[in-house]
Amino acid sequence: MSALATAKVRIPPVLRTESGGAREVEASGETLRELMEDLTSRLPELGARVYEGGELQPFVNVYVDGEDVRTRSGLDTPVRAGATVILLPAMAGGCGRC
Amino acid sequence: MPTYRELLQRVKSEISEVDARDVQERNGAVLVDVRERDEWEEGHIPGAVHIPRGNLESRIENAVPDRSSKVVLYCASGARSAFGAKALGELGYEDVSSLAGGFTDWKRNGYEVQLPRSLSPERRTRYSRHLLIPEVGEAGQLKLLDTSILLIGAGGLGSPASLYLAAAGVGRIGIVDADIVDETNLQRQIAHSLDTLGTPKVDSAKRTIEALNPDVEVVPYRERLTSENIDRILGDGWDLIVDGADNFPTRYLVNDASVWHDVPVVHGSIYRFEGQVTVFKPGDGPCYRCLFPEPPPAELAPSCAEGGVLGVLPGIVGSLQTNEAIKLAIGIGDTLVGRLLLFDALSTEFSEVRIDRNPDCPVCGEHPTITEYIDYVEFCAR
Repeated sequence: MSALATAKVRIPPVLRTESGGAREVEASGETLRELMEDLTSRLPELGARVYEGGELQPFVNVYVDGEDVRTRSGLDTPVRAGATVILLPAMAGGCGRC
Repeated sequence: MPTYRELLQRVKSEISEVDARDVQERNGAVLVDVRERDEWEEGHIPGAVHIPRGNLESRIENAVPDRSSKVVLYCASGARSAFGAKALGELGYEDVSSLAGGFTDWKRNGYEVQLPRSLSPERRTRYSRHLLIPEVGEAGQLKLLDTSILLIGAGGLGSPASLYLAAAGVGRIGIVDADIVDETNLQRQIAHSLDTLGTPKVDSAKRTIEALNPDVEVVPYRERLTSENIDRILGDGWDLIVDGADNFPTRYLVNDASVWHDVPVVHGSIYRFEGQVTVFKPGDGPCYRCLFPEPPPAELAPSCAEGGVLGVLPGIVGSLQTNEAIKLAIGIGDTLVGRLLLFDALSTEFSEVRIDRNPDCPVCGEHPTITEYIDYVEFCAR
């Protein structure tokens, strides 16, 4: 297991109930798929939200080192050791009404 | 010694005078306005160059290097230009004339007038800190004064945006908001105050803006933005949209309309301690649907009313949006087109991710499948 790349995964505020309040968690994997599997095993509720059925949910953008994985190789996108992975659903808030 | 009148008469007899009709029909003549700066600023003949009488001899060679060129001078009534014509004759200019009756007669006869294109002394003072920046300067400030910006929402993001846009001298600010000011707004919505509790937010914001800068025309739309009214509102001629909406249906509606009307959107959104800012510029970068093809399910999309927000956060994010809007209006710098800026107020960290156009985007892609407004509430409730 020691060879696996460990990445930092940033958790958006709306998913912090599922991450036990953590703003950032660690997960390991050579590819995003492996990393999401690892993340799901550590935080099943979070996994259920964003990685249901082994697929990334369409309302969550995933960035590996600042790049949208949809423009790379999706779940096959390689993840380097020390990479930053951002999970990002859209936020509507502007706090007015219109 | 002659009196002034006698001297003027003698000079006029020595030079050539033309009337406004001759000037209208002038072929290739250089028209020189020899009045003072303040007179020029109040209006002048289109196409004229401005050289005040006191600088005429020293500057004419730069403006008209060829002494055989046809030159017509004008002032307010034809006196200063007569003296100027005589002086240019002495400098060797061969075809110089003075406009009889000057700009006064020109206007009286209903000929075309170029309206002021420089800042009044009051505006020079008000915007002096902009004028000192080479990238802005008088030209940039005039662009701001000519810019029309539509704010979606007069709440957390719209408040700082409206204040800074107004202070910057954006000439026309439209505000769409159907809501009323209440006490829970005052923790962050700085365009409103205790004095305007219970009044429409658009009126409250208008009052605040007008107290700050009377150069700004505020166009209030006290209505909720919908598929039914958005074309009418955008038809009022907006150069830019600053989106501070608080719900997904409005976000997607604004996006689709902005693509179809070709109006850039400066996007900002906030929740608790975190904010997102970017610019969607049709044809030049991704749109909101390229970034977020689908809204999250309702339980992952709490509003600030449900989840809360740090009061200063919309101040930061709304100010970042305003920065983008001002750069777009003036045409300077690098904007957030193609980049999503993320701000975390708790760790005080900015980060950035790249966002690309989606060639399969249903609205701005190569083969759009959405070409008219949809039921946005239903789309966001799926």
